[in-house]
Amino acid sequence: MSALPSSRPEKPRVGLFVTCLVDLMRPSVGFAAVKLLEDAGCLVEAPVQTCCGQPAYNSGDRGTTRDLAMRMIETFHGFDYVVAPSGSCAGMIRKHYPELFEEDPNWRAKASALAAKTYELTSFLVDVLGIAEVDATYHGAVTYHDSCSGLREMGVKAQPRLLLSSVKGLSLVEMKDSDVCCGFGGTFAVKYSDISGAIVDAKAKNVADSHAPTLLAGDLGCLMNMAGKLSRDGIPVKVRHVAEVLAGMTDEPAIGLAKEAAPRQDQP
Amino acid sequence: MTVHTTSPQFKQNAARALHDSQLQKALGNVKQGFIDKRQAAADKLPEFEALRDSARDIKNHTLEHLDLYLEAYEQKVTASGGHVHFARNADEARRIILDICRDAGAKTVTKGKSMISEEIEINRHLEANGIKPVETDLGEYIIQLRNELPSHIIAPAVHLNATQVEQDFRRVHKQFDAKRDLSEPVQLLTEARAVLRERFLAADVGITGANFLVAETGTSIIVTNEGNGDLTQILPKTHIVLASIEKLVPTLEDVSQLLRVLARSATGQEMSVYTTFSTGPRRAGDADGPENYHVVLIDNGRSSMLGTSFEEMLRCIRCGACMNHCPVYHAVGGHAYGWVYPGPMGAVLTPSLIGVDKAGHLPNASTFCGRCESVCPVRIPLPKLMRHWREREFERHLAPASVRSGLGLWGFFARRPSLYRFATRAAMATLGFAGRQRGRFSWLPLAKGWTKHRDFPAPQGETFQARWQRERNRRTA
Repeated sequence: MSALPSSRPEKPRVGLFVTCLVDLMRPSVGFAAVKLLEDAGCLVEAPVQTCCGQPAYNSGDRGTTRDLAMRMIETFHGFDYVVAPSGSCAGMIRKHYPELFEEDPNWRAKASALAAKTYELTSFLVDVLGIAEVDATYHGAVTYHDSCSGLREMGVKAQPRLLLSSVKGLSLVEMKDSDVCCGFGGTFAVKYSDISGAIVDAKAKNVADSHAPTLLAGDLGCLMNMAGKLSRDGIPVKVRHVAEVLAGMTDEPAIGLAKEAAPRQDQP
Repeated sequence: MTVHTTSPQFKQNAARALHDSQLQKALGNVKQGFIDKRQAAADKLPEFEALRDSARDIKNHTLEHLDLYLEAYEQKVTASGGHVHFARNADEARRIILDICRDAGAKTVTKGKSMISEEIEINRHLEANGIKPVETDLGEYIIQLRNELPSHIIAPAVHLNATQVEQDFRRVHKQFDAKRDLSEPVQLLTEARAVLRERFLAADVGITGANFLVAETGTSIIVTNEGNGDLTQILPKTHIVLASIEKLVPTLEDVSQLLRVLARSATGQEMSVYTTFSTGPRRAGDADGPENYHVVLIDNGRSSMLGTSFEEMLRCIRCGACMNHCPVYHAVGGHAYGWVYPGPMGAVLTPSLIGVDKAGHLPNASTFCGRCESVCPVRIPLPKLMRHWREREFERHLAPASVRSGLGLWGFFARRPSLYRFATRAAMATLGFAGRQRGRFSWLPLAKGWTKHRDFPAPQGETFQARWQRERNRRTA
């Protein structure tokens, strides 16, 4: 892994925005992000945090969203950068926080300042730190799903692929329609369960047709949706967050696999 | 609002659509056809993205000065010998159109493709008054035989397969040999053409829509691929143009820019096969054209969108790219949306026109994947506008109680970090323990919507924040 440019005298202080889902469901993704950032020469802290407010925002509850956004803005105020292992949650801050305070110039300025220094993880590593390779090994083929917000709000497409190409033993196989939504959509998956089910059905078929034994993506919501569908349909594909593979931290069972029943299936 | 709407039953409509194997087969064509063609057309034109900016700016400028351009347009049409009628709503539009048809002594009326004519439900009104409307766009003709609404704004019969069309033709076209071969699409086309040729010649009035109206010249413009629009407006003595007020653009130069993004975004064509400009009735020395030229300018709810956050929706040039790229549209098709306009543009426009109390599902039934916005030729921020509708619903307490209470509970904890950490730590430990054997749940209380179609992966057990604190304490100890 390349070091930071030498013109930087001090380590950048990065606030890790863990995101709710990683915090609650899969903390190992958060620790993989910490490792990647520390290996890249960052000083990483994870301040006490809750939610960026996206579920409320997309449900039309602007009041709750603003409350949570103000809390986030204060929490991450002092960091050089804010990095999230999620294009969706980072996109919420980058693209939508400033829109929340259109009538409040004071908070709008604060929101814009936070927005400007907030990044999705792989995009931060590649676009800001200039990193092109990681020190990791993963045996076998993987296919990569482009999560919608990361792709369309944060421009995340080439960065994870570039980093994955440096992982020893790994080959990337593109599936058909990798840039088409998996049908998660937050509360959509529950509110419009049948439609969401049909969309993820198409996605699962494309994953299966790629014949890659591992599926990666950069957003845990999409990953849980796809992993849940693949296991429901009995398609034996291991599903992981891309950070786990890039950090070489694949000891934990893949998403939806058991700790006790399936120890260390990943690395032969 | 006039058309029978099933938008409130969107969920039931969607469930039915998902189980309709004919429909699902037909929808496969949408996924494959339009997307690659649009991309190829956009890739071939280096200035395509700049043209989208320009298209957006032209429409924004027009909407800002719509009153002036409407007046200028009316003057030009009048000066060229035509008539402009303003209709505030569907009722007025229908009355105006019927009066013109009666003045012309019309028995039959041919029609080019027009979505606003679906919105004001003119066919039913003409029929009720003894005038026979005949759709002449092939797709529209087919759905008229089936008594259906368009399921797509540029491909109205895209929900059908050729075998279904064959059955309809055999049912309706009794004048032909029952044993004729209709197995090839071209045979269906030839038969429709033969039937329609008679209708074109017999029509007393031709009704078309308009893709654009040009204020500078008083010109109306239609783009078609079948030439039916030309025969509709040239052969009868009277031509009626139906257009909603946001079709205005200032100049011919502006139109030429918009045309460059329209067909490319819609079908991937550089230009549609026919782009027809009409200015007033037939003049002395013209080879053809109608004797009477009428334009019915219809508001029907648009002016109330001006000056609101939904004004951006009035930029729409009806290319259909948003629905062509929408995973929800791909899954359920256009009829599930329950009114005239389907897909993402319908999800924003329909609540504006028929009320969010009726169309509330539509802006909610989106994953916000953003693919619609990424292809919109006039850069309408469709997800943002859908979110605005969700905000209106939330404010008016139209959102479902389960959603409100779930969100309220989540918001309560998310505002209180200590309580949040305590509660989530306990909850995840419990869930993680319960799921340790299988690593996933095929059923969970309160998560039926999720587990109906997919398993719920079990959490790892300890939260990130708990472990982070534990490890940092160890590091600093």
